[in-house]
Amino acid sequence: MIGFLALLLTLQLIGEIVVRALGLPLPGPVIGMLLLFIGLGLRGSTPTPLNQLATGLLQHLSLLFVPAGVGVMSYLAIIEANWAALGITIIASTMLAIVVTALTLRLLTRRKAEQHD
Amino acid sequence: MTELFEVWVYLAEQPLLWLTLTLVCYAAAHALFKAANGFALLNPVLIAVILLVGILALTNTTYEQYFAGAQFVHFLLGPATVALAVPLYSHAQQLRRLWLPLSIALIAGSTTAIVAALVLGTGLGLEREIILSLLPKSATTPVAMGVAERVGGIPSLTAVFVILTGITGAIVGVPLLRLLGERKASTKGFAVGVAAHGIATASAFQHSERAGAYAGLGMGLNAALTALLVPALLWLFTLF
Repeated sequence: MIGFLALLLTLQLIGEIVVRALGLPLPGPVIGMLLLFIGLGLRGSTPTPLNQLATGLLQHLSLLFVPAGVGVMSYLAIIEANWAALGITIIASTMLAIVVTALTLRLLTRRKAEQHD
Repeated sequence: MTELFEVWVYLAEQPLLWLTLTLVCYAAAHALFKAANGFALLNPVLIAVILLVGILALTNTTYEQYFAGAQFVHFLLGPATVALAVPLYSHAQQLRRLWLPLSIALIAGSTTAIVAALVLGTGLGLEREIILSLLPKSATTPVAMGVAERVGGIPSLTAVFVILTGITGAIVGVPLLRLLGERKASTKGFAVGVAAHGIATASAFQHSERAGAYAGLGMGLNAALTALLVPALLWLFTLF
């Protein structure tokens, strides 16, 4: 388990180095994710402890966003002054993006079978 | 009473207090969410943030003081993002078949998110700096902040909009798609991941592992695309 935690951190670290060295407009962890995906593809399977570690980390992914979310408190004044326009813009544009993505995907994969949840 | 105050002064300066309160508030919010059968408006991130902002306001604590403790939780976002490759890999077979539809849906969704924010923000009379800060809000925080900086927005304000977008996507995403009659977990997950990044990805995992895996994919891909599209679309709009 600890070895795989070290692996995740190492891939994140490599990601950060690659991003800075090449000046990519991406976060280091996203490059780390890509590297791990490629690595798993080359290996052909996911080691059980890595699977357990990933499940543990991702089960409560929501928790990890809380500290950044509390940062909203620093901008309460701007939000209060523009709450209606900001609320409409954020909610409507997010809903539109979800609908357009889903409908495009549905249109293009209509005939392909997939198990439902 | 003064002794109690001294204990408070000591604790308020230690990371332990705010780290503990972050976990306690989240655990309470998560328990509430479960008790309400996953009622979307009771999103655990939203409720935990409201609780913590309330506590910080009542105790006159600054965000910097709070973050000194909470950063230990925040730090885990990096390795967790890397770990998204694991559920994604378990769907590698299907991904190979779906790469073209997924790419087209990604471009359509990402463009919609940016153009809708630009048009609505302008139409509703928001200041230009605020609009520029809104444009990359569907991308994950570090990308969105970098993009905002490049196009003349306020990066830390963008971070706030990213969070609000994520909470919106987590709350409205799955109910909205159910309303549209969408049944595939992969489509639901991918759509919320593209539009509302990690927070929506976290909520997708609460629906199913497949939805979470596709949401993580949508989030990762849209991080890259938003970085390209925001400057390109802004340039295009200045031509009119």
